[in-house]
Amino acid sequence: MTLREIIALLEAEVLNAEVDIDCKVPCAFASDLISDILMCTKEPTMLLTGITNNQVVRLSDMIDLIAIIFVRGKRPLQDVIEMAEERGLPIITTKMTLYRSSGLLFNAGLRSCKI
Amino acid sequence: MENALKECFSRAQEAEVTLEFDIPEKDFNNAGKGSSEVKNLLKRLGVESDILRRIAVASYEAEINVAAHSKGGKMMSLIYDDMIHIKFEDMGPGIGDIAQAMIPGYSTADDLVRELGFGAGLGLPNIQRNSDALHISSEAGESTLVEFLIFFT
Repeated sequence: MTLREIIALLEAEVLNAEVDIDCKVPCAFASDLISDILMCTKEPTMLLTGITNNQVVRLSDMIDLIAIIFVRGKRPLQDVIEMAEERGLPIITTKMTLYRSSGLLFNAGLRSCKI
Repeated sequence: MENALKECFSRAQEAEVTLEFDIPEKDFNNAGKGSSEVKNLLKRLGVESDILRRIAVASYEAEINVAAHSKGGKMMSLIYDDMIHIKFEDMGPGIGDIAQAMIPGYSTADDLVRELGFGAGLGLPNIQRNSDALHISSEAGESTLVEFLIFFT
């Protein structure tokens, strides 16, 4: 799937303008715990999460994140959006819950990332 | 641990590059920057991306541990031609039971730390799974030293 298709499926909104949303997304991971997310060291992945502080963007310095989807209508503060923009990392928000977002994407064929 | 590995923790040979960062207590705005910089430097030196990710994750977890659980400390990275040795030393309060701290899911994180998404109880297990050798020395009421080695090939 492309990130553009994911955004349409989750009725989501992209929060930083200068990013590429036509990239391919091979797999995803969902968690609200940072150390869980750090288990994704094997391949580039898209992240679904409810954590909105700057550490979630800093994670993309450690592992390869293709994009971050904030669930439950969460929006990070402007400085976090800017941090993501500096890294060319798309950040997106959806009003859907983590469970519903993950379920829709899984049904649409987006697999779990390898851990 | 094998003796050959043990020796790597105290190499007589000087590291080619040494980097040091302070890690203030509960400074979550800056925690992780040291690990980002080490990763960027190693990337420029041509270390392979799989190994880079392992180094970054192990280092980040240890850096967050110092910020989240200690009264502050420092991170020292010793870069050799074949490996990196990263040492985290803090000013206490120490780990009473290291074996328990190694159990995935066991956490002593406080509410502030948990609110930020930390406290999964996977910090030390993630360091172990990503490093080639890990050494922890600590006692309750004392400082803690966490150090690990990751080879480049």
